[in-house]
Amino acid sequence: MGNSRLAICVAFLLLGGAAGAVAPGDPAPDFTLTDLTGKNLHLADYRGKLVLLNFWASWCGPCLEEMPRFAAWQRQYGASGLQVIGVSMDDGDAPVRRLLAKRPVPYPIVLGDARLGERYGGILGLPQTFLIDRNGRVFARYKSEVDLAQMERVIASRLAPPP
Amino acid sequence: MSIRMPTIGALVASLVLVLGFSAPARADHKPASSIPAQALIEPADFAASLAASAQPKPLILQVGFRKAYTQAHIPGSEYVGAASDDEGLAALRQRVAQLPKDSAIVIYCGCCPWRKCPNIAAAYDALQALGFKNVKVMHIVEDFGTDWADKGFPTKSDL
Repeated sequence: MGNSRLAICVAFLLLGGAAGAVAPGDPAPDFTLTDLTGKNLHLADYRGKLVLLNFWASWCGPCLEEMPRFAAWQRQYGASGLQVIGVSMDDGDAPVRRLLAKRPVPYPIVLGDARLGERYGGILGLPQTFLIDRNGRVFARYKSEVDLAQMERVIASRLAPPP
Repeated sequence: MSIRMPTIGALVASLVLVLGFSAPARADHKPASSIPAQALIEPADFAASLAASAQPKPLILQVGFRKAYTQAHIPGSEYVGAASDDEGLAALRQRVAQLPKDSAIVIYCGCCPWRKCPNIAAAYDALQALGFKNVKVMHIVEDFGTDWADKGFPTKSDL
């Protein structure tokens, strides 16, 4: 990862990004959206879990590179309290369904919209990922291509029981 | 010291992960790096040119994803559709069909990092193929949020 990318990642961890963005410590904007199986997904229902909220799209190469890692983390850390939620920013569900038929993931996928993006400070590029603590507060935001090993360390440290 | 060998199952699983997930959905899209440097305009330079009221404004077209455009776009720009799919390209061609070939056009996307953008080179190539000679491409390195909105350049929302 280049210095500029690391700088972006660190800046968002510390500052939460530009004005208007969801900052660390802010409550994660709640939402209810329908997943691809037709069931409602309500973010607040995941209180008590560490939520990795990933905005992505089927045409976004960097997003597709991240998804197998998120899938692996869901399997590895799910029992410890991690819940990955994918929010597709595709314009319709057809390309999402086609993609997931070929590359299924063990976590729910919902279709996002522009208003949800705005509430999360503007999803004006992909991928973007928010880490939300067990109390429903955002503690990290990652934009663009990031160091997934670093993200995993952050998640693992939050999931670990206090010494 | 013994070295633990991975099982065949683990190797197969790793291969599935690598082959099944690592390639972008549209691996055949033309990279943005194919656009000649002289056609690029940096966001700060474009913002400055827009702020200069004396200059005539070009036609500004967003060729990325609609949900980003709806949240925030360059004031005066138009959404024509993602140029990585046939529908978006058709909309782009239709939008410029009646324009003189020397029309000033600026296209931008910013859906994702420049080197992996599936839209911008396709849009540029389509305009070149139609004979447009005054096309500029905004060079968005990370994404529209990082390289435009977060820098305080003007945006408009449709929400």
